[in-house]
Amino acid sequence: MMDWILQIAPAFAEAHAPALLILLPMLAGPIAAFLPGGGRVAWGMTVIVTGLCTLLSLILLAQVRSIEGGAIISYAMGGWAPPHGIEFRIDALNVLVLLLVSVIAFLTSIFGWPTIKAEIADGKRAMFFGAFQVCFMGLLGVAATGDAFNLFVFLELSSIATYVLVALGSGRDRRALPAAINYLLMGTIGASFYVVGVGFLYAATGTLNMADLAVQLQDVGGNRAVQVGFAFILVGLGLKAAMFPLHQWLPNAYSYSPSFVTAFLAATATKVAIYALVRFLFSVFSLDFAFEGMSLALILAPMGIAAMLACSFQAIFQADIRRTLAYSSVAQVGYMLLGISLGTAAGVSAGMFHLINHALMKGALFMAVAGAVLTYQGARIHDFAGLGRRAPWTMTAFAIAGLSLIGVPLTAGFQSKFALVSALLESGWWWAALIVVFSSVLAVIYMGRILEAVFFRAPTNPHKEHGEAPLLILVPLWILAIANIWVGIDGGFVYGLATDAAEALFIGGAS
Amino acid sequence: MAGPRTDHHVILRVVAKPLIPIIALFALYVHFHGDYSPGGGFQAGVIIVVAVVLYALIFGITPAMRAVPPVFARSLAALGFIIFAGVGVWALIMGGNFLDYDVLFNEEPGGHMGQHYGIIAVEVGVLFAVAGSMLSIFYAFAGRVTEIKDEDW
Repeated sequence: MMDWILQIAPAFAEAHAPALLILLPMLAGPIAAFLPGGGRVAWGMTVIVTGLCTLLSLILLAQVRSIEGGAIISYAMGGWAPPHGIEFRIDALNVLVLLLVSVIAFLTSIFGWPTIKAEIADGKRAMFFGAFQVCFMGLLGVAATGDAFNLFVFLELSSIATYVLVALGSGRDRRALPAAINYLLMGTIGASFYVVGVGFLYAATGTLNMADLAVQLQDVGGNRAVQVGFAFILVGLGLKAAMFPLHQWLPNAYSYSPSFVTAFLAATATKVAIYALVRFLFSVFSLDFAFEGMSLALILAPMGIAAMLACSFQAIFQADIRRTLAYSSVAQVGYMLLGISLGTAAGVSAGMFHLINHALMKGALFMAVAGAVLTYQGARIHDFAGLGRRAPWTMTAFAIAGLSLIGVPLTAGFQSKFALVSALLESGWWWAALIVVFSSVLAVIYMGRILEAVFFRAPTNPHKEHGEAPLLILVPLWILAIANIWVGIDGGFVYGLATDAAEALFIGGAS
Repeated sequence: MAGPRTDHHVILRVVAKPLIPIIALFALYVHFHGDYSPGGGFQAGVIIVVAVVLYALIFGITPAMRAVPPVFARSLAALGFIIFAGVGVWALIMGGNFLDYDVLFNEEPGGHMGQHYGIIAVEVGVLFAVAGSMLSIFYAFAGRVTEIKDEDW
């Protein structure tokens, strides 16, 4: 179906796609940081690099899908064969994450220029784009690598760049600085937990390659060191993914960072951490281990449900729209974890499907908010009153993504919530399905508050002019909004990707 | 003797002056012995920065920033990153995988030139990157001016 991509792509790019995907932003980042021109040149370079990375991800997707059931592409770094050398291992699961991250990076970097120009000081813009490329490279690396320690290195690369990006929001709001420090402390604790966990696994098995770990762990069985390693990894990655009680860093980091960073992070950062979690839960460990089944049912599912309820309630009581959306992000992570915690192919594929759709809707929502904030420096609900008439294009896209977040039929959110509820009912968790529906009602309330103000209330200050967002923002915003509707009407392609991803995990797996 | 440039740190200065070049030299020793003995780019980068930090402690942060400007430190870090990745690209161009040193010089099988010089080039990248970033971090903390003036309290 996607063979035409393989026919037009150059052979060199096909042979080295996994390395090139990481290499492009790796080289471009340090160069971009020193480009002259007040950041304009660095921005152009960022758009080109993220665009090329999107093409490379498409090549990888075509390669993976060229074989029925999904090919596995293994790339040995430095010519050292795995399991001894570092391996980049692309299968149906992580090609999905690679594609998602690079498409979102491409769209947000097109959208980014007007907001960067407004929010970041002249001399810092080139460095900003340098840091963004490093963050982008790190996220791609986490998704691409097949080596547990290499994953830690990329996770730290992306996180350290993220702390810098969040802190740069201090030009607009000084509260970005404590938010960045808070994120730094929490993120570092998370990464340390992860690396301690990997240390335990290494001690138990003597290998760091994930595929090899999976084989070795079967022989070692569930001894105490393996259990402790599992617990550390679960908590560490849970922190990065903003799993319910470990999410405190997220709302501030999202509300005070530059708009560009918020849109990018909301759509990618937690998603990549969830990918890593899924990779460890189902691919490195497997459901054979009794402690894993227990932890899914007793930790992941209750935490997911708690996030869906508690954070949706918190979202209702926020005055700032960005904070509402940030709390809603934690709640949506709850949906994904609930799907994953079922431990069935249907559950995981529903979780992955919601992961993609959530990236589409949160990307669009934060872009629309950025567009509105750009022309009027306030992001409280009260500031958005009457904006529907002043900026109809921006706010219509906002409304589409908002409806998708609620899960109205004919939008992406409905498709993935439907898949989630079906998976829950299939496993007999009807009570959890009811909670999903109830939590969607909460989403109606918090999105409804915003939409009501935007479309039905008079402007609070009629003398202050709200304008339409510039074209550079509107185009990527509408691409995402239309993607929401397209997935909502014909979700086959994206759902197919998510199903392939889940199947890739369960082939040769335990159940 | 009691001129305007009196200072009671004269011994420190006299001792530090010959030490600084020796520290820098030792860094290079650690670097180039990295493939035979403990050491390598990372350690060497830190030791080089120690020389600059010592200079800054003894003679003040401003002269240190004049000798090694912050912009140079930042560029050095970026350059190191590019050297490292550049060796990988070189291997890619020569037809191998990313960072595959064996193909660097198109050797016969069994040749070790590529492995030898490849790792040294990569370590030079690490040396630059570590030295540049360490120094930037030091400057960022040491050169920090308080944003709230004392009178404002």
